[in-house]
Amino acid sequence: MSEELTLVQAAKRGDDSAFEELVRRYDRNVFRIAQHITQNREDAEDVVQEAFLKAYGNLAQFQEQSKFYTWLVRIAVNEALMKLRRRKPERTVSLDEDIQTEDDSLPREIADWSPNPEQQYTQAELREILSKTIQGLPPGFRTVFVLRDVEGLSTEETAAALELSVPAVKSRLLRARLQLRDRLGKYFQKGTSGNGKNRDATSGDGNQ
Amino acid sequence: MKCAEFLQELTNYLDGVLDDKTKVELENHLSWCHNCYVVCDTTKKTIEIYRDSQLYELPDDLRSRLRSAIMTKCQQHKKRGPQSV
Repeated sequence: MSEELTLVQAAKRGDDSAFEELVRRYDRNVFRIAQHITQNREDAEDVVQEAFLKAYGNLAQFQEQSKFYTWLVRIAVNEALMKLRRRKPERTVSLDEDIQTEDDSLPREIADWSPNPEQQYTQAELREILSKTIQGLPPGFRTVFVLRDVEGLSTEETAAALELSVPAVKSRLLRARLQLRDRLGKYFQKGTSGNGKNRDATSGDGNQ
Repeated sequence: MKCAEFLQELTNYLDGVLDDKTKVELENHLSWCHNCYVVCDTTKKTIEIYRDSQLYELPDDLRSRLRSAIMTKCQQHKKRGPQSV
């Protein structure tokens, strides 16, 4: 039996220190996922609390065939999407929305990057560039990218957490990766230099 | 392999789940098609940069505050019974 499952079973029997250990184990991941989706620090803090509280209250319903973490991520993603909907009520925010993008043709601009592009910028500048760039992706794309490429969930786990099919995850992942690559190009391509703070990382990213 | 086919297989290639035959065809394509080589290389870098970025790390003080708030709410929930979440 996995250590995680032992903790889950203890928590189900009412052992709160076991549940606290699960919080300790996954709070950083849930916070990162929540902030990537909501793009708002306060919302991300709320999502962490609400997701764990919901997991605690519904622990009896958790089916032990799946991983606790995948189940928790599903709860957290739903809470984060609800926050987004409240913040942007004029827009439909759903993972199932039909995301309009260009077809699967090659990206238009293909310029090579500098050998170590991230070193052209300070840590703070780089974070700002990355944050603003990912913010420009539709929520359905950035959620898949974050779960797969930042958090390291497998394609199958991502599909289970988001209740999407494996081909849907793969298709969104490809588009998310290509769009991010395309948008980062203007900061990282050969011939560019640092000073990211004076650049507008969101210009041309009207895809929200 | 054509450029459009390369793009279809890019995600599987980067995730290391391509079958051997397709992988050889793809790498052969990359050996002569500069555009696809650049797309492949910079997409890989995009993933690595995000993975290593430590974007949205949870600061220790906020972390303890959140954990303590979560556990307090869990206790309250337990006292009130299962209908309260």
